[in-house]
Amino acid sequence: MLNIVHMTVNGKEVELAVDPRESLVETLREKLNLTSVKRGCGVGECGACTVLIDGVAIDACLYLTMWAEGKHILTTEGLKSPTGELTPIQQAFIDEAAVQCGFCTPGLIMTGVELVESGRKYTREELRKLISGHLCRCTGYENILNAIEKVVGVDS
Amino acid sequence: MYDISNYFEARSVEDAIRLLQEHEDAEIISGGTDVLVKLRSGKGAGETLVSIHEIPELHGVDRLLDGTLVLGPATCFTDLTNDPIIQECIPYLGEAVDTVGGPQIRNMGTIGGNVCNGATSADSAATMQTLNAIVVLQGPDGTREVPVTEFYTGPGRTVREHAEVCIAFLIRPEDYQGFTGCYMKYGKRASMEIATLGCCVRVKLSEDKKTIEEARIGYGVAAPTPIRCRNTEALLAGKSVDDPQIYDLIGEHVLEEVNPRSSWRASKEFRMQLISELAKRALKEAIARGKDGGKDA
Repeated sequence: MLNIVHMTVNGKEVELAVDPRESLVETLREKLNLTSVKRGCGVGECGACTVLIDGVAIDACLYLTMWAEGKHILTTEGLKSPTGELTPIQQAFIDEAAVQCGFCTPGLIMTGVELVESGRKYTREELRKLISGHLCRCTGYENILNAIEKVVGVDS
Repeated sequence: MYDISNYFEARSVEDAIRLLQEHEDAEIISGGTDVLVKLRSGKGAGETLVSIHEIPELHGVDRLLDGTLVLGPATCFTDLTNDPIIQECIPYLGEAVDTVGGPQIRNMGTIGGNVCNGATSADSAATMQTLNAIVVLQGPDGTREVPVTEFYTGPGRTVREHAEVCIAFLIRPEDYQGFTGCYMKYGKRASMEIATLGCCVRVKLSEDKKTIEEARIGYGVAAPTPIRCRNTEALLAGKSVDDPQIYDLIGEHVLEEVNPRSSWRASKEFRMQLISELAKRALKEAIARGKDGGKDA
C-alpha cells in the first residue's frame, strides 16, 4: 500500500511513493540519499535526525512521511550555496572546533539555522535550553555553544 | 518502518470518528511523540493508526466573548507557550508545557495528546487540574463535556470512548481570572526528562493582596492519575499571605491527599518529600507573582 507524497526537499519539488509506515528519517536517507540526517535513538531523544519542516526543527524519526505532503523540508545538504559557500553557522562550527565525531553535528546545525532564521539574538542560558534536544557525547557542548553564540548570541 | 497494519489520515473530526468506528484496533495519532515512541518499543504492534495531524480546526487558541478560553487539542507545546492569549491569561500553563522533552519534541507534541494519553506524569496535567479544564469529546452520538478532574480513570486510562475525539479544552473565566500560579517540575535533568513529580499551585489574592481568597493545588505523579488537593486548598482560603505558617500548612496537609508509588525513577518516600517541598515553593512563587500585580510574565 503505497501513497504518493509531494514535498519540497532542499528547494526541489519531489514526488515519492511512500509506505505509510515510513518515518521521515527513513525516506530522507533511503529514498533521497540525504544521509546527513542521522538515525540515532529513533525515539526523539538524541536530536541527530533534526530537520526543518516549514522552518521548524523536528525529530525526523518521530515524523510520519505521510505528514510531509505539501511541506518544505530542509536538511544540511540544502544549506550549500550555489557557489559552494558555507552558512555562518557551519563556518562557526569549524572555527570554534565544535565538531568531533560529527554524528550530532547536522542536527545541531539545523537547530542553529532555525535560530538564525528567527532573526533574534539569544543569551547563552537561552541557547543551552534551545539545544537541549540534542545529545553530543564528545564535546561537552562548550564549543557548540560558542559556535552558535558567535552567530546568534546577544554580543554577535 | 513503524509496525502498524493500517494508516488513515482523517480530513475532519467526523471522518476520524467514522474511521475509529470502522477499526476496532485503531489508535488516534496527533503529534506522534508518544504513540510512535510506544510503537518503536513494540507496544501496540500491528495496530491501526487514525491520524488527526492534518485537521486544521483542532489547532490554535481562542477566547470567546464570555472570556472562556478554547484550547485546540492539536496545538503543539511550543505554539501554546508562545500564544499571546495563553501568555496573557494562563502563562503558567505555557511554562508547564515548556518543560516537556526538548525543543523538537515541543514542536510536535500536543496538549490533547498530553491529556488524552492519561499519563499522570504529563507536564500539563497538574495545571489543567487546577484550571478545572473541561475536555470536549465528540463521538458518534454527538459531543459531551467532561471536567478534566473527572477525566482520568486510572494510569493511562480515561473516560474517552474508543470512537471519541477530543475537540477542545475549555477554561472558564472564573477558573483563571484574578489567579496567579506556578508549575514546578522535578526531574533529574532540566530537559529531556519525564517528571518525577509535577506540582502546580495557583492563588487568587484579595484586592489589597494581603489575603489568599482561593488556592488551588494540582499534582502529577503524586497518585496513579493527576489529582487536586481540595482539603488543603480549603485550609489555605482566608489565610494571610504574610503568615509564615501557610507553608508548613500546605507542606503537611497535601501529604494526606496524595498516593505516590515507588518506581525506578524515584521511591515513594522521595516523592512524598517532593510533594511537600514543591508545594511550598510553588505557593511562595504564586503569591509573589500575585503581589507583583497579577501578571506572571
